[in-house]
Amino acid sequence: MDPRLKREIMLENYENPMNRGLVEDDSYIKVNTNNESCIDNLDLMYKIENHKIVDIRFDGEACAISTGATSMMIKNLIGKTKEEVLSILENYENMIHEKEYDSTVLGELNVYNEIYKQPNRKKCALLPFESLRKIVDKM
Amino acid sequence: MYREDFPILNNDLIYFDNGATTLKPQKVIDAVVDYYSNYTANAHRGDYDNSLKVDMKYEEVRTKVKNLINCDSEKEIIFTSGTTDSLNRIVFGYMKHYLHAGDEVLITKAEHASNVLPWLELEKEIGIKVKYIPLENHLVTIENVKNSITEKTKVISLAHITNVLGDVRPVLEIGKLCRDRHILFVVDGAQSVPHIKVDVKQLNIDFLAFSAHKMLGPTGVGVLYGRYELLEQLQPTIVGGGMNSSFTSTGEVEYKSLPSRLEAGTPNIAGVIGMGAAIDYLMSIGIDTITEYERHLKHYFLEKVKDIPKVIVYNQDVEGGLIAFNIDGVFSQDTAVYLNHYHICVRAGNHCAKILKEDLLVKNTCRISFYFYNTEEEIDKLIEVLRNSEDIFKIVL
Repeated sequence: MDPRLKREIMLENYENPMNRGLVEDDSYIKVNTNNESCIDNLDLMYKIENHKIVDIRFDGEACAISTGATSMMIKNLIGKTKEEVLSILENYENMIHEKEYDSTVLGELNVYNEIYKQPNRKKCALLPFESLRKIVDKM
Repeated sequence: MYREDFPILNNDLIYFDNGATTLKPQKVIDAVVDYYSNYTANAHRGDYDNSLKVDMKYEEVRTKVKNLINCDSEKEIIFTSGTTDSLNRIVFGYMKHYLHAGDEVLITKAEHASNVLPWLELEKEIGIKVKYIPLENHLVTIENVKNSITEKTKVISLAHITNVLGDVRPVLEIGKLCRDRHILFVVDGAQSVPHIKVDVKQLNIDFLAFSAHKMLGPTGVGVLYGRYELLEQLQPTIVGGGMNSSFTSTGEVEYKSLPSRLEAGTPNIAGVIGMGAAIDYLMSIGIDTITEYERHLKHYFLEKVKDIPKVIVYNQDVEGGLIAFNIDGVFSQDTAVYLNHYHICVRAGNHCAKILKEDLLVKNTCRISFYFYNTEEEIDKLIEVLRNSEDIFKIVL
């Protein structure tokens, strides 16, 4: 992918992220996620019905990469079954850690395929997916 | 000043993260290497030449620290692994036995984690009450200290200079207040001892904690100062070799006198010797010269940054050589990554003062913390990079 296009997608998702703002609704599962650098702090809410993710909301303060990755993750996961979610999670983590992965399931998230070049930012790109790990068993 | 003494500055590096740790001059590096290369031995153990030399060098540093903070005796100086270790020992070695349920300890929301968490643990353990002195525009005022004191207040524990905003607390007045009201005064000197004169007698400080690595010395070594009568009562939180005079299988144990009683195990000998070299080096420059120069740098930066409206400075008016800022609309970590692209090292985050955000309303900031080897030219470069930050996301993303 052209680096300029990648940056545009990242910036667009950072500046106008999908589903920012939490809702007062007990049917959502709420997860807080903290980067080990202790800076980023995101709250995510997942609504699961019939083993499918039907909605995700988020809010918090985080860097451009964490915020952008959260937005892209939300877009990708809504409507997915547990099996599909696990596949996205595994392939995304493999991509970040430079292992073999299937890019076809990752959509926009493919923009982070070179984040390993900045090792200190890998954590940022993985941050929203840490919250996903915490809820996937409940699907 | 003195840049040629710091080998790391031969690289293309602008280091503005001195609040986290400082760079090391060749003399400190040499002192550590000399111990490892030429006279390695344990302390307080052997009768051979090198061991005696180690003893001498190690104990010499106690005198240097004593002179640095102007306490009465070398016996009041305990070598620890750093400020966190020192504060933990004060809380769990002394306060745990001295305080009772319901006794109040005053701190603030701007303290470093290491001056909050031990107290919160003790609160759970023995039922003391941790209370927060309200901050006035993020600062500690003597009025608010006075108003926070009740008849149950037994301890006030504060950073001399905070690591987030760099404000210098009115410790002289607080020290007097504590003395008059029989309150123990604990001071976290991690950010002050390297930068300003700290005289424990003049300031009526009962316990002082600080780290070598924030004052040109090696990591993993620091100081716990305690007034002699108090230190005598401080129970060792670690026991073992080097600190006992005798023990029997039936459990009769006798510990050594100060300071050995509080230094169990083989100490960080290389670290302590390195710290000694760091103190010598600082004294040769003069702490007052350092204080003055850092303030000059801070004002120089503030003057230059005035005409960059998108840079928001949160601590214009505080004395210490530290700037807390953000670029408007940019997350602090993104700013730090951007500056790193130009080899400018700053710290982003909440700087281990996680509860300050409740007061500051800004969760994260970028922090520039100066030391005497920083220059106006480095600040000029920083200003230029901040001014040209429209393309920040081209660099960060």
